[in-house]
Amino acid sequence: MKSPRSVAYFYSGTQYQPFIMKGCKTPCAIGSPLVLSQLSVGEASLSGADEFALVCFFLLSIQVWSLEQPEWHCKIDEGSAGLVASCWSPDGRHILNTTEFHLRITVWSLCTKSVSYIKYPKACLQGITFTRDGRYMALAERRDCKDYVSIFVCSDWQLLRHFDTDTQDLTGIEWAPNGCVLAVWDSCLEYKILLYSLDGRLLSAYSAYEWSLGIKSVAWSPSSQFLAVGSYDGKVRILNHVTWKMITEFGHPATINNPKIVVYKEAEKSPQLGLGCLSFPPPGAGAGPLPSSESKYEIASVPVSLQTLKPVTDRANPKIGIGMLAFSPDSYFLATRNDNIPNAVWVWDIQKLRLFAVLEQLSPVRTFQWDPQQPRLAICTGGSRLYLWSPAGCMSVQVPGEGDFAVLSLCWHLSGDSMALLSKDHVCLCFLETEASVSTACRQLGGHT
Amino acid sequence: MGDWMTVTDRGLSSESKTISQYTSEIKMSPSSLYSQQVLCSSIPLSKNVHSFFSAFCTEDNIEQSISYLDQELTTFGFPSLYEESKGKETKRELNIVAVLNCMNELLVLQRKNLLAQENVETQNLKLGSDMDHLQSCYSKLKEQLETSRREMIGLQERDRQLQCKNRNLHQLLKNEKDEVQKLQNIIASRATQYNHDMKRKEREYNKLKERLHQLVMNKKDKKIAMDILNYVGRADGKRGSWRTGKTEARNEDEMYKILLNDYEYRQKQILMENAELKKVLQQMKKEMISLLSPQKKKPRERVDDSTGTVISDVEEDAGELSRESMWDLSCETVREQLTNSIRKQWRILKSHVEKLDNQVSKVHLEGFNDEDVISRQDHEQETEKLELEIQQCKEMIKTQQQLLQQLATACDDDTTSLLRDCYLLEEKERLKEEWSLFKEQKKNFERERRSFTEAAIRLGLERKAFEEERASWLKQQFLNMTTFDHQNSENVKLFSAFSGSSDRDNLTVHSRQPQKKPHNVSNGSPVCMSKLTKSLPASPSTSDFCQTRSCVSEHSSINVLNMTPEEIKPNQVGGECTNQKWSVASRPGSQEGCYSGCSLTYTNSHVEKDDLP
Repeated sequence: MKSPRSVAYFYSGTQYQPFIMKGCKTPCAIGSPLVLSQLSVGEASLSGADEFALVCFFLLSIQVWSLEQPEWHCKIDEGSAGLVASCWSPDGRHILNTTEFHLRITVWSLCTKSVSYIKYPKACLQGITFTRDGRYMALAERRDCKDYVSIFVCSDWQLLRHFDTDTQDLTGIEWAPNGCVLAVWDSCLEYKILLYSLDGRLLSAYSAYEWSLGIKSVAWSPSSQFLAVGSYDGKVRILNHVTWKMITEFGHPATINNPKIVVYKEAEKSPQLGLGCLSFPPPGAGAGPLPSSESKYEIASVPVSLQTLKPVTDRANPKIGIGMLAFSPDSYFLATRNDNIPNAVWVWDIQKLRLFAVLEQLSPVRTFQWDPQQPRLAICTGGSRLYLWSPAGCMSVQVPGEGDFAVLSLCWHLSGDSMALLSKDHVCLCFLETEASVSTACRQLGGHT
Repeated sequence: MGDWMTVTDRGLSSESKTISQYTSEIKMSPSSLYSQQVLCSSIPLSKNVHSFFSAFCTEDNIEQSISYLDQELTTFGFPSLYEESKGKETKRELNIVAVLNCMNELLVLQRKNLLAQENVETQNLKLGSDMDHLQSCYSKLKEQLETSRREMIGLQERDRQLQCKNRNLHQLLKNEKDEVQKLQNIIASRATQYNHDMKRKEREYNKLKERLHQLVMNKKDKKIAMDILNYVGRADGKRGSWRTGKTEARNEDEMYKILLNDYEYRQKQILMENAELKKVLQQMKKEMISLLSPQKKKPRERVDDSTGTVISDVEEDAGELSRESMWDLSCETVREQLTNSIRKQWRILKSHVEKLDNQVSKVHLEGFNDEDVISRQDHEQETEKLELEIQQCKEMIKTQQQLLQQLATACDDDTTSLLRDCYLLEEKERLKEEWSLFKEQKKNFERERRSFTEAAIRLGLERKAFEEERASWLKQQFLNMTTFDHQNSENVKLFSAFSGSSDRDNLTVHSRQPQKKPHNVSNGSPVCMSKLTKSLPASPSTSDFCQTRSCVSEHSSINVLNMTPEEIKPNQVGGECTNQKWSVASRPGSQEGCYSGCSLTYTNSHVEKDDLP
């Protein structure tokens, strides 16, 4: 569901209208417009098997449409218990709704109309995780002030294993891509990560240090060989899958001295006539104004000192530590962001276990995501540009549109040849036609609320 | 002191003239006691002074003054000026000799005194200057003392201040530590409190949740509903199954199957990795062996015991491993063998590299004593310089040659002889070496000859004994046969002559052999040959020997080969080329090479033989 073949979104004027991108080319409306002014729009997502349905959920109810059969429609009402989250099961036949206050999780089946309840789900950052093959689901639970993990078989929602974890306050769980190891980590007050086998055995526990803020982010490599743990001390520690010991740690210093590392620095240039973003066709007859300036990357000469942010230490959730981690699909690269150097993205070479490149943007990095097919990283900074990095180099692309299209989030298509860029109220589809040059045919969709 | 004395003595002798002058002067002038006294006080004599001092002695009081002087002198220990009085009545006469002696002595004394005074004065001066110097030093030191005292006071003050500061800092540190402790305690207590609170809150929260749950969920909420057009088939197309114990077991099974698969996959991967690593190790080992074996030859010859065994071990290992290079062998055995052999090889390699390093460092030390590390630039400069030097030298040589040629044309004979001398020197050197070699060989032959002569002597003795025996026997025979006829006795004689000649023949054969050998040896390298001929029974002639050798090499039976190296070992004396061939030939595992090596050496010897006249 992370890389849907189609993107669901809303056209919202006074009415809500769900749209779907069929075959990534044309948007089409599904269902009928809804007047639900008193309800807030939550989220939209597609089932894993994309041929089927779209879910959008509101405060109390969920609506499901079929992509194949326009007349098919389903509405699920959670009643007075309320609804805070909803997700698809991997088979696309079940919907898991989390009620308010995390009282319970309701599993609705589209096949049999049956309902199952799971009690005591833990209200935490990442409490539900499915194995990649969709067979098992792990759920974090909290009972009697103790943390538990339950493993369910997704085909019939039977409880397979139930065990308590040695954590103070469990924050997240994540399956390894091979579905045999479950990583469980504690809240940021304590550096602790536990690894459980599918049958509930504790494989290993790892703690890098004590008495300081601990883990901030965790990521498995797609090959399940490495587990990258980003922590508040600004380091990423890579654990191996054999002994579950640390192989190496990557520090994120503010100055880079090694001349082997390429540092790309985004630089803004005042535009020159005829050298604007010509690759973008104007979105309509009334072409938007050309961007006031163009940006490009320059290779900075070492030593480079990166812009750092002084964190406010007396507030909760200080802006320090490794907040984002992502492995490339071939497990060769790891992209990280240190939150107190928010403008920079570090790219690490996992084969050689060393820093490979650093990208310094002009504004703080919002998100980045790897191309699901090749080592290509897309970065957005909340500005009107999209940035792409690959081992060959990197480039920035202006998103055309009326006014500024602030790219807040992005999502790659599974095939890796297009991606969706999301702003606050717009969606833009970006097609990467050739590998060499990202000539994007962008279609902007949406409007103001 | 003695020196000084001698000096004064010398002065005395030299100055006696002047003294005599003085005395003459004194003589000339009317001298007086007083004037003499004054003379002692180093005031230079002058006419005026004389006139002034003449007051002491006048014409009238000569007697008194003389007596006075006599008195004075006697009190000072001088002999009396008067002659020994013979009688009491007779007036004592003035002894001129005594007076003169006294005067002389006085003068000497005065001179001495003068010298002493001078010395004292100079010493005084010296001491005065020393004193001044010391005083200045003293004042300086006093000043220094003052300043250092002040400094010390300052330092003490500073020290005190620093100590004060230190104490303050210590206090502060202690305070800080206390604070840290306190804060830690506070943190700990807060943490416990927080945890406690959290737990309480959570419990409350849980209670509330429970309550809410009961309120919201338990009553039949009409709103909770699912409104669906029609049911959807399962993704896998199957129908949902009922939950039973069977499904549970099946789930378990499946889970374990997945886990097992994962473990198997990982095991397979690890096995593959192991195999790869083993392959790499094997290859490394092979390369190491091939790298090390040519270098190992030399140490083997030198230190046969230590390295030889190791190498043989390695060979064995290599053989074993190549035999069982399959990867399906259990890990332990292969691993042990591999690691052991690799370790061994590694040790050899390491020692070799260390040796090389040592050599290099030695060369460095010899070449460049001070420079441990020569920068590239220096090196280049040096080479440039050296090249320049070489150029210069070449030029010099050329000019020298030209000069020599010119000289040669000028005075041919001398230069040619000189040059010949030059060249001859080298030749001489070489000849000397050969000479020494020959000498050694000669010695050997002499020894052999001696042994042969001894043998010959022994034979002679034996023969003598035999002859005697025969004589006695003949005698007896003769005595017995006196009655027999003449013919018989002749027959006997014939027999005896025959036997005697045969004996002589034998002797000549024996003696010829040793004579022959020196003849062989005198040309070239052939101690070994002689020995070989000796060791090989029925091959006295060299051509025969060669034939047999080649025959042996063709035969190529390992037994013979194993024997031959030992026999031919002395061949090493023969020259280096054969020696090297041997080292090649004895390469482990390559028996073919061994054969060829053998044949090579033999052909070599053959060639040498052919050179013989």
